[in-house]
Amino acid sequence: MIAFLRRRPGLLPLLLLAPAIAWLVAFYVYPAIQMLQASLWSGTLESGFTFSWANAATYSAALGRYSDQFLRSILYAAVSTVVCLALAFPLAYTIAYRAGRYRTLLLFIVIAPFFTSFLLRVLAWKTVLADDGFLLGPLKTIGVLPEEFRILATPVAVIFGISYNFFPFMVLPIYVSLEKIDRRLVEAAKDLYAGPVRAFQRITLPLALPGVFAGSLLVFIPAMGDFVNAELLGSVQTRLIGNVIQSRFLVNNDYPTAAALSFMLMAGILTAVFIYARVLGTDELETGIG
Amino acid sequence: MLRWLGRNALRAYTGLALVYLLLPIFIVALFSFNNPVGKTNYTWVGFTLDHWANLFAIPGLLDSVVISIRIAFISTLVATTLGTLAALALVRYQFRGRPATSLFIFLPLATPEIILGASLLTLFVAIGKPPFFPLNEFTILIAHITFNISYVIVTVRARLAGFDRRLEEASADLGADGWQTFWRVTFPLILPGIAAAGLLAFSLSIDDFVITNFTAGRTTTFPMFVWGSARIGVPPQVNAIGTIFFVVAVSAVAIGSFLQRRRA
Repeated sequence: MIAFLRRRPGLLPLLLLAPAIAWLVAFYVYPAIQMLQASLWSGTLESGFTFSWANAATYSAALGRYSDQFLRSILYAAVSTVVCLALAFPLAYTIAYRAGRYRTLLLFIVIAPFFTSFLLRVLAWKTVLADDGFLLGPLKTIGVLPEEFRILATPVAVIFGISYNFFPFMVLPIYVSLEKIDRRLVEAAKDLYAGPVRAFQRITLPLALPGVFAGSLLVFIPAMGDFVNAELLGSVQTRLIGNVIQSRFLVNNDYPTAAALSFMLMAGILTAVFIYARVLGTDELETGIG
Repeated sequence: MLRWLGRNALRAYTGLALVYLLLPIFIVALFSFNNPVGKTNYTWVGFTLDHWANLFAIPGLLDSVVISIRIAFISTLVATTLGTLAALALVRYQFRGRPATSLFIFLPLATPEIILGASLLTLFVAIGKPPFFPLNEFTILIAHITFNISYVIVTVRARLAGFDRRLEEASADLGADGWQTFWRVTFPLILPGIAAAGLLAFSLSIDDFVITNFTAGRTTTFPMFVWGSARIGVPPQVNAIGTIFFVVAVSAVAIGSFLQRRRA
């Protein structure tokens, strides 16, 4: 075996790659093909499913029936991405330029939430934001807020939860971009009589764009598929497309509709990413991901 | 003046951001000491150590933790092995189709978890006859290995990028064959990268809910247990276990970075 490889060294990388690639083909690519097929099934779990191209009507039926949830997912994901960006940029900026010897500690705190269970974190926000919890309760007692004021079970709670969960994914790429900037460029701008604001606008911000781009994708894509925040922090009025896919698959066993919705979700995400890449320029896409 | 204001506003903001990041972790730990009335554990009643003393008094909780740890362990082992081999190939060798391979490996990371889980469920339904392919610990394991492979490849590849090939050439010059060079020079040098990838894979697996939800059937992992009890009220013991996981993970990272620093 080793002697054979010595004669054909070109084969070694392929041999090293083969197990991982084979696994991904079997359990990532092939299931996707299966799901495409399942979207064209008809029948039930008990009687078995049959495939026919005529079942393409499932797509239009599903889109018609769940367009509200689709639009809501896009809206919530977009708002969460903007909220994350606004909250993350100043933090990433501080860590990159102002943190000094606390830099490692601050970076560690940014990823600390990932060391606690995802579901427990969402439930912790449910405790904090509760109608009489320790945030709203005191404010209601002193009369700043009306008694019927609530955050839980509103879109605000769901967007808040989504933003919290994916916040580190926005901070880290922006931090990496900022950290790479040659600070002499900013000094040069100031030598050329740019004020701090102008230097930020013309030097720091454009050079941080790859990080902003990567961070936005890392927040937007998982946010589009969320159902946990919507389920635990929201109400029936905040159901997202993820909730529909989850319940069609696991509660109703309506595989064709669920599979069709999953495909349309994926297509929607790819379209959004493509438009975003076009607007910002594809260079950012490559440096952001690669 | 403006500068002073800017600097302190940024400092105050950073403080608030840190509170925002850490508050849920604190709440999870705090409510493991709560003594709730009834089943829901959302309002603070009083301090008690009872739930820590009777950590596994809740039926099914211990089982779920054991299942989660077992799945995390095996999936980390498999994914780290397959992923490290692939990462070596991608960093060390030039071959046709390398950029396409990199892109392909990145794709599962860019796919929302719900779609990964849903497509695996469809696969298991499609290959079985009705009722269908049994969903159990084995199908969860397949799912976890699948998403972990890409994470491991990306992590190990990032660590390998700064690798100095001249060390291997020196080893060859001193008469070591390819196998000896790999085990005595290459492997010890890339071990921290592999360990980091393994740690990431383990923590992703033990905490995964979305993909597990689709591939678990009746098997209850720890996150599945949390989800199941969320409707009727999460017992404080669950918070205690979440706190233990947090402390163990933070310690592992701290020890890892300490060892790294001592080597350097």
